[in-house]
Amino acid sequence: MEFQNKIRKFILENYLFSEDESLLKNNDSFLETGLIDSTGILEVITFIQDELSITVEDDEMIPENLDSVDNVVSYVSKKLA
Amino acid sequence: MCGIAGIFNISEDYSSSPNRFELQKMITMLRHRGPDDYGYYTDTSIGLAHARLSIIDVEGGHQPIHDREKNIWIVFNGEIFNYVELREDLIKDGVVFYSQTDTEVIVYLYKKYGLDFVNHLNGQFSIALWDKVQRRLLLLRDRVGIVPLFYYREGNRLYFASEIKSILPCMSNSPVLNHQALDQILTFWSPVSPNSMFQGVYEVRPGEMILIENSDITQHRYWEWEFPENNKDNYLKGNDAGLADELHDKLVEATKIRLRSDVPVAAYLSGGLDSSALVSIIHHHGNVPLRTFSLGFDDKKLDESNFQQQLINHLGSEHSSITCSSKDISDNFEKTIWHTESTILRTAPTPMMLLSGLVHDNQYKVVLTGEGADEVFGGYDIFKEGKIRQFWAKDSNSNIRPKLLKRLYPYLEINKSNSRAYLEAFFGTGLDNSDVPYFSHLPRWDTTSKSKAFYSDDMKAHLNDEAVSAISDSLHQNISSWHPFNRSQYIEAKSLMANYLLCSQGDRMLMANSVEGRFPFLDHNIIEFANKLDPRLKMKVLNEKYLLKKAMGRYLPGEIINRHKQPYRSPDIPAFFHDKTPSYIMDLLSEQEIKNSGYFDHKKVSILLRKIRAGKAIGYKDNMSFMAILSTQMWHHLFIKNFNNYLN
Repeated sequence: MEFQNKIRKFILENYLFSEDESLLKNNDSFLETGLIDSTGILEVITFIQDELSITVEDDEMIPENLDSVDNVVSYVSKKLA
Repeated sequence: MCGIAGIFNISEDYSSSPNRFELQKMITMLRHRGPDDYGYYTDTSIGLAHARLSIIDVEGGHQPIHDREKNIWIVFNGEIFNYVELREDLIKDGVVFYSQTDTEVIVYLYKKYGLDFVNHLNGQFSIALWDKVQRRLLLLRDRVGIVPLFYYREGNRLYFASEIKSILPCMSNSPVLNHQALDQILTFWSPVSPNSMFQGVYEVRPGEMILIENSDITQHRYWEWEFPENNKDNYLKGNDAGLADELHDKLVEATKIRLRSDVPVAAYLSGGLDSSALVSIIHHHGNVPLRTFSLGFDDKKLDESNFQQQLINHLGSEHSSITCSSKDISDNFEKTIWHTESTILRTAPTPMMLLSGLVHDNQYKVVLTGEGADEVFGGYDIFKEGKIRQFWAKDSNSNIRPKLLKRLYPYLEINKSNSRAYLEAFFGTGLDNSDVPYFSHLPRWDTTSKSKAFYSDDMKAHLNDEAVSAISDSLHQNISSWHPFNRSQYIEAKSLMANYLLCSQGDRMLMANSVEGRFPFLDHNIIEFANKLDPRLKMKVLNEKYLLKKAMGRYLPGEIINRHKQPYRSPDIPAFFHDKTPSYIMDLLSEQEIKNSGYFDHKKVSILLRKIRAGKAIGYKDNMSFMAILSTQMWHHLFIKNFNNYLN
């Protein structure tokens, strides 16, 4: 839950420039909403790696792992398990 | 160059004839464009004013200029490079000139050819021509938009001037933002012509003549970027070497006539192909001393001094350069916006203003520059990107085709992110819509539009139309029949080049220091030749400006011909946040000032500032958003909130 809050705060502040929690649902697709593009996703990856001291492997850089708050949380949970 | 201004009573109304005092108020706002002389003409219908930068016929070129009978009056900003030949023809016709100027040649060309006179001009110009007998006013601009000209109508009066700041003192009400134009800048980098940032103020479009006669105002397009229908039989015939020779000869001619001047002429040297080619032509064919100026940065990632030095050593020019720091940019930003009169999305104009300052300090008034070659001969990455995306769109399921993008943008680490989804999110924008004429530009426009996330509710409420629909409506009627590469060139020339590169980054930054720029690659004979070339000769596979390289290879070292093109860049956010950050940044971006101007959401702006201060603003989106907000706030501060203080 703590990481979920952090990633939400990161997305809100960096891509929506807002503190309004209602603007971001946990299952919002970053790509479909136009929130994050191919360069933006590298920022998300850097954030995840810095926060959790893990390495996101090349073949893990796919929307199934990174395209929503839920997907990111699920991916890092598996990664840390 | 010079500055021109005027007031015209559209229908006859002798109760409010333009007077000298009004004209003085207008023309003094343009003294930077013409510090050498002022001149005026008034009658019951019209007032014309001129601020002169003396370049041709220094002693005898006082404007306004008139015909022998004093029926035709003209104020003119620019240069007619073929005036020598035109003058000779007119003398053969019996014309007796009272000056040696190109301006007087225009007057008699008009008398000889009527409205067709403009088709005889090879040059860069804005012209206001008053035909007293026919009570006809002509306002016109050069073909591609090198020299600016704006107009504003209030009641029966039409005001016109080289820059908007000259018109503002004439307005009955305070100027206000054209919200639609700002939205267009935050899409295309420039307003869609004829819009300006100021509501009610429009530009005379490049290649357009506005005719005001019998109270009727009509617009005539006398020149346009034209490309052949996409069929190989329609392109110029000949082998590569022959066409390269033809191009070479045309470039030599275009350059030579741009060296005509009664004051010394210099050239900008960036270290890239275009300016190097230009300087080489001057060296070999110019018959004038080679004097060059260049710009460097203390940030080595942006600096091209090594390449500049290579060419200076090669040609032996007398050279001066200036090194630009972040502090230089932040210290000169207010002056930059005063001259651009517009929101800008990069700091790039400011160093160009410092460079023209160096030229001015060295007592030069005229520089030749390589601007336009990328648009005319296909040099930009966006053309390559468009080509790859077209190739990709033909087999949109291909995983291999989009990887060509890696050749173009190695830093995007496309191979690192194996997912097509992320590639498509950026470069794949509009991939399913590859027939739209502006297909090549969709990713750029999409990216630029990210800054709109900062709009206030009030700003959003002012917007009626999508920016893309405005540009779509302005395109050439035949564009869909052109080769996709030519469509990209057209869009680039009409949007970014005309209203940003030649304007905010060109004329305005040169004229800020009373320096005239001349652009051989934008000679209409060169453009018309290039537009008829098979697009494959502009970009051979992904080798940009192929034919230009072939034409210029005889003069240039291999290192210059073969170097990877480096776009001109300057620091954006880092230019404003350093150990000497000026106080105006936080003043303009304070909650109060953001609320007062009303264009942006102050909460979002404060979060962006927090991110910048924490050193976490890393991407182009943050840079562009910051620049859009800061420059718009500065524009508001200068022209909306405090303009009367400047007048006083």
